[in-house]
Order: sequence, then C-alpha cells, then structure tokens
Amino acid sequence: MENSLQALGFAGVKGVRVGKYLELFLEAETREEAAARLKDMAERLLSNPVIEDYNYSLQEVKL
Amino acid sequence: MNCGVIVFPGSNCDLDAYHLVRDVLKEEVTYIDYEERSLQGFDVIILPGGFTYGDYLRSGAIAARTPVMEAVNRFACSGGLVLGICNGFQVLTEAGLLPGALCRNDSLQFRCRQVYVRIENNSLPFTNKASTDQVLMMPVAHGDGSYYAPPEVLQDLEANGQVIFRYVDQRGEAVKAANPNGSCENIAGVSNRAGNVVGLMPHPERAGEAVLGSTDGLVIFESLRGYCKGREVLKSG
Amino acid sequence: MADVDNLRPEKAPKIWRKLGLKDFEYEMIVEQLGREPNPVELNMYSVMWSEHCSYKHSRSSLKLFPTGGPRVVQGPGENAGVVDIGDGYGAVFKIESHNHPSAIEPYQGAATGVGGILRDIYTMGAQPIAFLNSLRFGPPNNARSRYLIEGVVAGIGGYGNCVGIPTVGGEVYFEPCYRGNPLVNAMCVGVMPLKRLVLGQACGEGNLVVLAGARTGRDGIHGVTFASEELSDQSEEDRPAVQVGDPFLGKILIDATLEAVEKQLVVGVQDLGGAGLTCALTETASRAGTGLEIDLKMVPLREEGLEPFEILTSESQERMLFIVEPEKLEDLEKIFQHWQLPLSVLGQVSAGKMVTVRHHGEVVAEVPAESVAGGAPAYEPESREPEYIGKLSAFDLSALKPAGDPGQYLLSLLSSPDIASKEWAWQQYDYMVRTSTLEGPGGDAAVLRLRETGKALAVTVDGNSRYTYLDPYLGGMLAVAEATRNLSCCGAEPVGITDCLNFGNPEKPEMFWQFRQAVEGMAEACRVLEAPVVGGNVSFYNEVEDEAIYPTPVVGAVGLLENAKNYCKTGFVRNGDLIYLLGPCEVSFGGSQFLKELYGKVAGRPASIDLEMEKAVQALLRRLIADGLIVSAHDLAEGGLAVALAESCLAGGRGAAVTLASGLDSVLELFGEGPTRVLISLPPEASDRVLDLARKKRVRMSELGRVDGGDSLTVKCGNALAFKLGLDELKKAYEEVFSWIRT
Repeated sequence: MENSLQALGFAGVKGVRVGKYLELFLEAETREEAAARLKDMAERLLSNPVIEDYNYSLQEVKL
Repeated sequence: MNCGVIVFPGSNCDLDAYHLVRDVLKEEVTYIDYEERSLQGFDVIILPGGFTYGDYLRSGAIAARTPVMEAVNRFACSGGLVLGICNGFQVLTEAGLLPGALCRNDSLQFRCRQVYVRIENNSLPFTNKASTDQVLMMPVAHGDGSYYAPPEVLQDLEANGQVIFRYVDQRGEAVKAANPNGSCENIAGVSNRAGNVVGLMPHPERAGEAVLGSTDGLVIFESLRGYCKGREVLKSG
Repeated sequence: MADVDNLRPEKAPKIWRKLGLKDFEYEMIVEQLGREPNPVELNMYSVMWSEHCSYKHSRSSLKLFPTGGPRVVQGPGENAGVVDIGDGYGAVFKIESHNHPSAIEPYQGAATGVGGILRDIYTMGAQPIAFLNSLRFGPPNNARSRYLIEGVVAGIGGYGNCVGIPTVGGEVYFEPCYRGNPLVNAMCVGVMPLKRLVLGQACGEGNLVVLAGARTGRDGIHGVTFASEELSDQSEEDRPAVQVGDPFLGKILIDATLEAVEKQLVVGVQDLGGAGLTCALTETASRAGTGLEIDLKMVPLREEGLEPFEILTSESQERMLFIVEPEKLEDLEKIFQHWQLPLSVLGQVSAGKMVTVRHHGEVVAEVPAESVAGGAPAYEPESREPEYIGKLSAFDLSALKPAGDPGQYLLSLLSSPDIASKEWAWQQYDYMVRTSTLEGPGGDAAVLRLRETGKALAVTVDGNSRYTYLDPYLGGMLAVAEATRNLSCCGAEPVGITDCLNFGNPEKPEMFWQFRQAVEGMAEACRVLEAPVVGGNVSFYNEVEDEAIYPTPVVGAVGLLENAKNYCKTGFVRNGDLIYLLGPCEVSFGGSQFLKELYGKVAGRPASIDLEMEKAVQALLRRLIADGLIVSAHDLAEGGLAVALAESCLAGGRGAAVTLASGLDSVLELFGEGPTRVLISLPPEASDRVLDLARKKRVRMSELGRVDGGDSLTVKCGNALAFKLGLDELKKAYEEVFSWIRT
C-alpha cells in the first residue's frame, strides 16, 4: 500500500496500517446498555480476539 | 464411510471434496446445507474451501455462526470426525472448535501453488495410515492462511501433538522458504485436543488423482476410511 | 427532479451531445421514435447507441467473420457463443474488454471485467469452468505501471478465486503505448448440456419480467459512454463510472441461476452489464419481437432517491433479468430466498414491440425495443493507410548483423518482461479449483477435463500487437493462427474462437484502417483454418492524449480433445528423446522480440504466413499426438527457436543438446520469428513413423538434437558452439525480472 501511495505521487508516507471500520445503528434505552451490547458484539463476532483489538465510540442519534 | 460435505453460501471446493469421496474413494457422500440442524448418521463431516459470505468480515467468521455449525459443534463434542480444509479450517477456528486464527498471507497476496507438508502426528484418525514424518505434496490456494496462535497456545499445541501438518521443503525440512504464508512455526494444520477435529490450509482433495499432479492427499482420506471401518467392526462385534 | 430537469432540451440545447450522441444520430432517434425523446428516453438511446453497445463503427466489418460451421449452435448476437462438443454437450465462451475502467481503478475494473464475462456464460445456462485473460501494460519499470499491474492481477484473482472458477491461462505483454491505456481482456468458458440452453429473449405475452441479485445503486452510470470515449486527464474524475464488484454475491447468483435453469423455471435469461437495465429490457424484447411493461418502483435500490434515468442506466453489478411464466414464480422465489438474494417482479411481457417504463405508475419512457437495441446507424468510416506503415516496413533488417554472444542474447530475451515467466501473476489465481485443470497456466494452452464425457477442452488467448502494428492484415492472420496452433500443440481440434478487438478511435481514418485490415486478416485465417467466430467484443477509443495503443486483436480459442488422457505438454519429458522442428524455416526479425530488446526497435516486416501450410502442420500435430507418437510440443513464438528450446528445457527440467545446420545465419535462425513452427520431441523408435507422416502432409521436419538429461542447454552451429547455458542460469533469467512483485 505504501508503494501504491508512492506510485500515485504521495511522498513521505511511512508505516501504513490497515484496519476495519464498522458503523452500526443500535437501539438502546441507555448509553450503558448500548456500550454493553456493543462490547458483546465486538467480542463475539465483529472482532476476533486472537488476532484483533477493538475500540469503539458511541454517538447518540435520533431516528 | 459416510461423509457429509457442508455447503455454506460461498463454499466453492464443496464439489471437489464431494467428487473425491464419491468418484475416487467410492464412498458415500452427501451435501449438507448450511441451514441443516442435524448431522445424524455421518461418520465424517468435511468443511470445504471457498469464500464463505465473501470472507468480507473475516475469513470464515459469518459461516461459523450459521445454524449448521451448532450441529457441527455437537457432532464434534460427541466424538464425530470433522475435517476443515482451507476456508473450512478458518471456519473451525472462528467457531472455536480449533485453537488459533488464520491471518493474511505475509506476501499480502493470494497464493496458489504446490507445497510440501510433513505429517507431524500420525496417530490420529486423519493420519494413521501415514508413516512417521511422511511428506505430502498438495496445493495451497488462499489469501488468509498464515496460522497464528499466542506463544503459550503454540507451546501447548506442540506439547500435545496438536500440530498435525507443517510446511517443509521437498526433503522434509521446515525451512522458511517452504512456508507459503508466513504461518507460526510453519504450521499448516492443527487438531483439537481430543484429536477428532482437524483443520489444514492445503487441499488434500485436490491431490487425489495422478492426472492432477499428486495423489498424496489420499492418505488422509484413506486413514479416515480405515478408522471408520474399524469403528464399524467394533460396533457390530 | 432537478437533474432530469437540466436534461430537458429546452433548458440545455443539444443535450444529446453531452450524452455522446451526434446531431445526426439524434435526428435518427426522432425519426424512429416519431417524436422528440424525453430525457429518460434520450438516456436510454444514448447508452444503447454508444459504440460499446451498438458496434456502430465495427458492425459492417464484423460481418466478414465466418460465424457458422457444423459445430456452431449459437453464433454472435447472444450473450455468448455455443459450440457442440459432442455427447449432447456444448462449450460456451466469450471474451470481453474492461480497459477503461481498469485504467482508472485497476482492482475493481479488472474484477468487474471478470464478473461481467462470467455472467455472460451462465446466462446461457452453462456452468462456467475456466477464466483466461489477456493483459497489456506499459513497461514495468515505473511505479505507475506497477500499481496498475498489481491492481489488475489482484482484481482478476479477487473475483475469480472467490467465485470458485479457476483462472487457467492468459498472457501479459508490455509496450510503452499501453502506459496510459492498459488492456484488460477477460475470457470465460463454460460447459452445458445443450438441451438446457436458454437465450436472452423475452418470449410469451403475459410472462413476468423479474430482476434478481444485487440492489441497484448509482455505480457505473453511463459506464458505456465512458468506454466509448478516449481517456483524458479528467478521466480519474469518472471513477463513479467504474462499477464495484461483489464476488460473493456473484457466486451465489451463479448457483441460484443455474438451479433455476436446471429446473426449467425461466424461459429467458439476460445479465445486466453495460447499459444496465436499459440494455437487458430492450435487447430481450427486441430479440423476441415482443414488448415489455415494467414499473421502476419495483427495482430494489441500494440508496434512496435514484431518478428513473439513473435506475435505467446504472451498471450495478451482479444483477440478472429473468423472463418467467407466472405459475413458476413461486418456485423461483424459493431458490432465491434460500440464498437470501433479492428478487422482484418488474412487470410483464406485452404484445406489440414497445418497452413501456413506468415509475410509480406514471409512464416515464415508451420506446420501440428494436429501435433502442438495434436502430443505431452502422457507419462505414473513412479508412486511410497510416504513414508509419510504409516507413517501418522499409526498415532494413539485413543491415543489423548482430555479432554478439548468442547465449547472452538468449538470457536477455528470457529476462524480458514479455517472455519471462508469468508465475508472479498466475500464482495469485486459483487455477486448480473444481479439480479439472489437467494443464494450468504456463503452457501453450490450458487443458480442462470434462468429467461428464471423458473428453477435455483446451483453451488459450493470444495476440501479438507488434505484428499487427507493423502489418494489421498479417497480424490479424497471425493471431488466429497462433491461437489455434496452441490448441493443436496440446492435441486439441479448434472448435471456435472469440475475439477481443482493441483499437484506437475509429473516427480517425488511420485507426479505422488498422481495424479493418486486422479484421480482414483474421477472417481469412478463420476461413482457412475452419475456426468460426462465435462471439466477441470490440473496444475502440483506446487512446490517451492522441496516442493510440498498437492495434491489438486478441484471440480466445477453444479446442476439443476427444480423449482427456491424450494431450501433449510443452516440456521435454524423457532423456534420449529426439527434438525436431516442425514447419517452415522462414523467419524474420521484423517486429521480433530480439529487435525490441536488443535494438529498442519495433520495425520491419514480420515473416508472412501460408495458411494452408498452417492448417497442414496443425492437422499433423493433432494426428501425432492422438497416435501417441510425440511426447512434447511447443509453439515457437516471441524469441523464436532459442526461447522455445529454453522453455521446453525449463518446463521439463531437462537439458538438451541441439545442432543447427552450418552455413546459416545462426542468430537469425535462433531468434528470428516466423509462424507455423513447432518444437516437438519424440522417442527415437517413433521417428520413422513421424517423418513418414510429415512427408505425406508435405510438412518440413528438421532434426535438431536430443533431450540429453543434463543440466544445460547446448546449441551448436555446425561444429562451432553457439552457447552452453545451465538450466539454473536460464531459470534465473526467466524468473528474476518480476521479483519486485513478490515484495
């Protein structure tokens, strides 16, 4: 990927890391409940704890 | 030997495994749908290669959560024989039936080529017709085949004889150049603690006919057949 | 409706020009329609009358191709050609370009090229069994070219590997003219019981029009218009015109479609590719002579707010159109539900020949199917021989007098990107899945067994654009001859070809002249070699800033092996076998790899071809292989005899000792190129019989030497040693040039 960026003329790029970014809408009564469920999802499906770390942020939206 | 080959959405080596069991081994084989909930009557369940659900989240991650995997779990817990090939191996690690995980190849590219693997434990139902340290030539074809497990898990695997296949050169040496994906300790395949669930990245089902370049993969299926026959004799006796 | 409003003729005069239509074409539309088209209709016309869909500059030339024959079941005009391969089975195949998208977005461009050609095959009801590809890039000595090469190769693998169809062969060449406009031609081959053949026809009034597969988004809108223009600096801004592939969806869509076909639940099938829904609707109706009535509100959308013209021209991938009898809908729905694939009834087949499109009940377009799908003009463009032709063919090859070390010449040819091993590419493709690949990439042709019949298919793609550049007519003939020869080298009888014609802007007389000449040459070769053209694709406008690519006809060929066990490989197989050269001895440095690598020139006249001799050599080869008289055969191509010898040594892992007759110009004999030449090896006890058969066919055979089982290739010229090179040296030269790609 670094090579490709250089190929496109972007100099000075060092140490490219690739990860996954997932965005999901979650219905929940409270922030705490949302966080708890999100952690559960992250551990059981969205990430593989053997090879991946995760972190998350919550944002309140009205639907 | 009665084999079941699971078909997940996106499996694509299902027909190769099916063909080998039916046309080469002349044994019974049935496709099993991913929504199936019972695996009664089968001796061996094969999870074939492919790109289940496109492998978009992680290789095998979604397939590991399909209904049939609950049945595979029960089947394995009751001592049934489960063989995961390539994507099937990835599904088994994602389902927690095998330790470790498969990461992106160190080349960051898909690799399709013949490799050599050495049989590290020939006391399993999957390998007992092989000789000690027998070297097999089989193809690999994968993008996410680099086996990883934390150091303490690797130690346990080695100590318990759970490392079943290791990438080696033609002479049987586990050198770096023989490893197509950068896996830990040149690991190509592992088993669970009980030895009835095995996963490997190379494709033994593609190495079952001389016209395809190798028949070395057959020893795995012959071992399974022998083991199942023996079990039947025990049962009927 | 802001967007559409802006497209109204009174708001934007001559809006059709922006959509790529000429004033004259707009007048034709008004005449055929009997009124001014509304903006939605104009969009439909513009995509279908684009060069990509209407073949308006090529149609009259393509008529020159022989398209019939005893084996042809379906010639050009459908989604793919079909050829009878016996036992009730047919081979289905087609090649198509995806050049412009790959120039802008190499991974997705190539991936969707593979996905698109795949749909063409299973649309006919065939199980796809193999992919091939033909690629052209700028020299791989700079970061930009490497970015394109890596992206394209990864994209081809990314799609093909995921859908589980092996990529078994291909070719890659490098010339400066492809720097800004790479070529990505993808071919797919399928096999089917002939009784299962379905066509892309909307038959039967009252039958349902069903759209299945991916939801429709904004990707690829006016992709065909983009493909029908020259590339420019601004092209990168056209990224939205490049589609995004979803191979997983592609894979389950194959499974679901083939299940529906097998259960006879559909009467017509058409994939959605270039020009999207517009093309699928108007082509199916036009082929069947029916009309359609559909409502766009039934199209499952990926995002809200798509305008009718966007829904109609979107090139979102992985979509299929089915024509279904109403009583079979439920069974069809069950299949698609099982794979969790969307399926939606858009409307029905109607009497009359109009395609009526509603949006929430309101008619937004009402057009005659035949006019949209087939009413575009067929041009007879102006044609003029370019000046460079005379200049370059006058290049004095006899003045070259190369006097260097032939061994060094060979090493530099082997390490040239054009000739060097392409393992760096094909190790990224799964060429073994489906366990039918008897012979994978790297040989003259790939060989796939047919489990159902015990027979096998040989498949190849070929094209040498340097020859075509120097002499388009001859180059066209040579491309067909080489492709069919590669099949015959495996022992397979050519049963049909598909062509991908990559050229510059046909509105320039010099460019059209190249095209016309090449087509005439190909057609002549197809006639003599009895290889019907059953389908293909034309890609014009391969130009960047007025610099056109070399004229590049690529030939995909399919051959039949009556016995899957009886085929020949390229590598030497046994020590002590005799090596012969089959075919004429005329060679030239014109357009050769030698001239390019050592003199940096593309010039001179390539050696001409005697098509009758070509036919005789190929027939003889097939006979020799079928009778088990020869054990290896390798076509002489770029780099001539020396490179073929080195390749046969490397492929078989065995050395050889060869002696050329003295008194000849040994460098020319070793590195000159000429058609109809094949390197064969055979056991000494077979030589009398082989020589006898060759004599009867009046085919020249020259004994060269012997597979000596050593670890080097030794070539003598008379008594003088020309070179002796170790297999390890040859291998190193053959493999090291692409080491950068292995990171």
